[in-house]
Amino acid sequence: MNAIVDLPKDEISRTGKNIPIYKERGQREVFCGLTGIIWLHRKIQDAFFLVVGSRTCAHLVQSAAGVMIFAEPRFATAIIDDRDLAGIADAHEELDRVVKALLTRRPDIKMLFLVGSCPSEVIKLDLSRAAQRLNKEFLNHCRILSYSGSGIETTFTQGEDACLASLVNEIPKQVATQEKNLLIVGCLPDVVEDQFQRLFTELGIENVTFFPPKNSQQKIEIHANTQYLLAQPFLAETARLIEERGAKRISAPFPFGVEGTTAWLKAAANQWGISSDRFNEVTQARIERAKKSLERYVPMLENKSISFFPDSQLEIPLARFLSQECGMKVLEIGTPYLHKQHLEAELELLPENSRIVEGQDVEKQLDRCRSDKPDIVVCGLGLANPLEAEGITTKWSIELVFSPVHGYEQAADLAELFARPLNRSMRLAA
Amino acid sequence: MQLTLWTYEGPPHIGAMRIATSMTDLHYVLHSPQGDTYADLLFTMIGRSRKRPPVTYTTFQARDLGGDTAQLFKDSVNSAYQRFQPKAMIVGASCTAELIQDDPGGLAKALSLPIPVIPLELPSYQKKENWGASETFYHIVRGLVAVDKSISAQQYQENRTASKQEGQKPTCNILGPTALGFRNRDDVQEIQGLLESMGIEVRVVAPLNASVSDLAKIPAADFNVSLYPEISQLTSTWLNKTFGQPFTKIIPIGTKATKAFIREVAQLANLDPEAILASQEERARWYAKSVDSTYLTDKRVFIFGDASHAIAAAKVAAEEIGFKVVGLGTYSREFAREVREAAKFYDVEALITDDYLEVEQKVAELSPDLVLGTQMERHIAKRLGVPCAVISAPVHVQDFPARYSPQMGFEGANVLFDTWIHPLMMGLEEHLIMMFRDDFEFSAKAAPSHLGHGSPVENKRTADLVSDAADDQKSTQVNAEVFNGGDPANLWDAAAEKELGKIPFFVRGKARRNTEKFAVEHGISQITIETLYDAKAHYGR
Repeated sequence: MNAIVDLPKDEISRTGKNIPIYKERGQREVFCGLTGIIWLHRKIQDAFFLVVGSRTCAHLVQSAAGVMIFAEPRFATAIIDDRDLAGIADAHEELDRVVKALLTRRPDIKMLFLVGSCPSEVIKLDLSRAAQRLNKEFLNHCRILSYSGSGIETTFTQGEDACLASLVNEIPKQVATQEKNLLIVGCLPDVVEDQFQRLFTELGIENVTFFPPKNSQQKIEIHANTQYLLAQPFLAETARLIEERGAKRISAPFPFGVEGTTAWLKAAANQWGISSDRFNEVTQARIERAKKSLERYVPMLENKSISFFPDSQLEIPLARFLSQECGMKVLEIGTPYLHKQHLEAELELLPENSRIVEGQDVEKQLDRCRSDKPDIVVCGLGLANPLEAEGITTKWSIELVFSPVHGYEQAADLAELFARPLNRSMRLAA
Repeated sequence: MQLTLWTYEGPPHIGAMRIATSMTDLHYVLHSPQGDTYADLLFTMIGRSRKRPPVTYTTFQARDLGGDTAQLFKDSVNSAYQRFQPKAMIVGASCTAELIQDDPGGLAKALSLPIPVIPLELPSYQKKENWGASETFYHIVRGLVAVDKSISAQQYQENRTASKQEGQKPTCNILGPTALGFRNRDDVQEIQGLLESMGIEVRVVAPLNASVSDLAKIPAADFNVSLYPEISQLTSTWLNKTFGQPFTKIIPIGTKATKAFIREVAQLANLDPEAILASQEERARWYAKSVDSTYLTDKRVFIFGDASHAIAAAKVAAEEIGFKVVGLGTYSREFAREVREAAKFYDVEALITDDYLEVEQKVAELSPDLVLGTQMERHIAKRLGVPCAVISAPVHVQDFPARYSPQMGFEGANVLFDTWIHPLMMGLEEHLIMMFRDDFEFSAKAAPSHLGHGSPVENKRTADLVSDAADDQKSTQVNAEVFNGGDPANLWDAAAEKELGKIPFFVRGKARRNTEKFAVEHGISQITIETLYDAKAHYGR
């Protein structure tokens, strides 16, 4: 490795394994939380996302999603104009009017999220109060919730965290003790959810619920006998609110790759007192199948070096998978935010020479990247083509959020996502 | 507050970014919250740029709001200058930064950088992308072009003529093309080639691929070609007022407009246009003349886009292809007057709006055979099942093609012909569907077969097809209710409703509306099969 250029010198903390975590501040090249709408609107099929923001917010969402042609999109923006800012129009009355117009147009919508943005946060438009007020009006017809997806408060996948947190907030805190249940937290593709459901059933864990649900009407139980597993690493606030309702987190690595998935399932199995024999019986064939399909990609990835730019908080679990199961050399792991408790089990599995950087100064990070010369760089779309033009192979990071990548059956697909650009740059160079 | 499913334009700072990204050595420092860097990928993904846009964002977060965001801005300007060493800089605020009022212009000035620093005032809650681009281009040109106030515009013009060498070619600039502009890359190539073939020297193309020093050379040319008025009109007008440079008013989209443009340019350059006009092969006009195109006559078309492209498209549609323009509109409020004037030719009322829902409602009301619009009209057309082609920004990645595909000039006219005709059902298929609507493969509900993607063939019995048709009608009725607030469905008796179902889908909407209008006008409370045919006789096909 070449000499490291300009690594932040102060604010270094360390993990249990003594891996330094550098903190960096500067220009951040990341999405705001509004982008979460792009996948959330597909997951919760009777929900609508109304951004309350500026034309910039509307432009962001449509630039990200507008390549698809929608007959009837399930998101929109209420654009604040100068009349709202000057106080000529009462912003709350205006919002009520817009919501009514929207719900008249879409009577099939059962849940409406009012999504806060930077402008609405800066002018302190109280969307939670608006949601309460509108809820009274649309009682029994449409539930109205609010969360913030603003750039000043949330980075990319944190938008999902804020959205799910608003859903948890609605769940009453229960006193009576109920039957033990397992809650899987984090948006998962339908096919992955079904696979996990089958695994839990075969293991003998009966009472499993996935959160968020596919349908807004589905009831979610959280109480003192709930144990929950995070399926995604970016759910800090959601987890906090779940714990407020008495539930306990099962500490585990995230279910990426064969090892990650096994450890994740095992952590739940242990809590349910499933015997090792039973666990092996259920998982063995799947582990073997996943390992076999992973073998196809390992030779392409082995000993290749990789760097991550911060994006989704998936970086640490993915770096763990790629080093542990694919033999890649991890040079730098950038992450927008690092939740030490949720990532505890992951950090233990990282190689000791990992360089973790929380936060970003994009220009400096690009300098480091150019000096490191990794074989592949995981970065956002604003950087990907320019880096390719410099001769650096990239894997655009957003795809990792948009693809089924969790669990045994997807382990090879996940490896393939990283092997594909390497394969492609070799093929096109020839 | 305005409810928007889709917005036709981005905020004004996106317009400023388009100018900065177009140029080679200009840098933009934008005071903006974390997340506004999404705009980079408009250029790197949609425009497939090889370079990052020359934009430094302050990307402040909530925790910075308690601190000194002004200092953060100053630090960003300094480090951007140190790192990128631009020849000039523009500074401004995005919508959120506008609310915190840090005065980027004043702060940057206080740093006394050794390069021109041009502050931008772009009111995000009133103005939009094209306005932002136009304003930015204007301020950059004003900031970088030296003006001797003691010399009048006329004197400037005389000096240019006087300094001309014997036999020197007439000169012009091309103003307006930008990064992320719809087909600007190829339009410039087409028009520059055309001008050069006329014996005119193109001095500066700006802002696309221009440097800061290029802009300073603008006043040396004899005249300006204002290719995209949305971006270049303000600047061209100022250049005319200050340096006496006339500028072109005709947008060379379509064969006729291109020929008119050639005459206009020839006059400004003092040349004879007839040789160049005689040498052109007008393939698009022959294609439209050939008998295969006869079925295109009077196809009803709705046109929406930026003002320049919408006006030009209407002219091509009506005069060069033989469509009937049933609606014309724009989201460019700055050019509303021009579009209203143009709409008068087609005896329609111009739709001036940036409200997507209003456009949708208009299209639903008119039930055109073809929509020529933007990426947003593709959503509308999909919802309403109408063929659609794109003529104007906003556009997505597929409209930044690898192949040569101008809209302007003679090759542009060829591209327009192919692009607009493609989504329509081809002649033979249209005839056969009119005759036999229950074919299991070529059903009246299906998309044109040359588009190649239908649903898999099922051997449906006629009864199913009839009930499908009924479902189909129900859904249009729902739409009609949403849009018109009434319930015209009550008017129809069952037999008439069924007869209506036999009319092919691409004219059914029009037939329904005409019949209902006829019924209302003639005080008919129940539409029968006879009413349907009475209306048909009344209105013609």
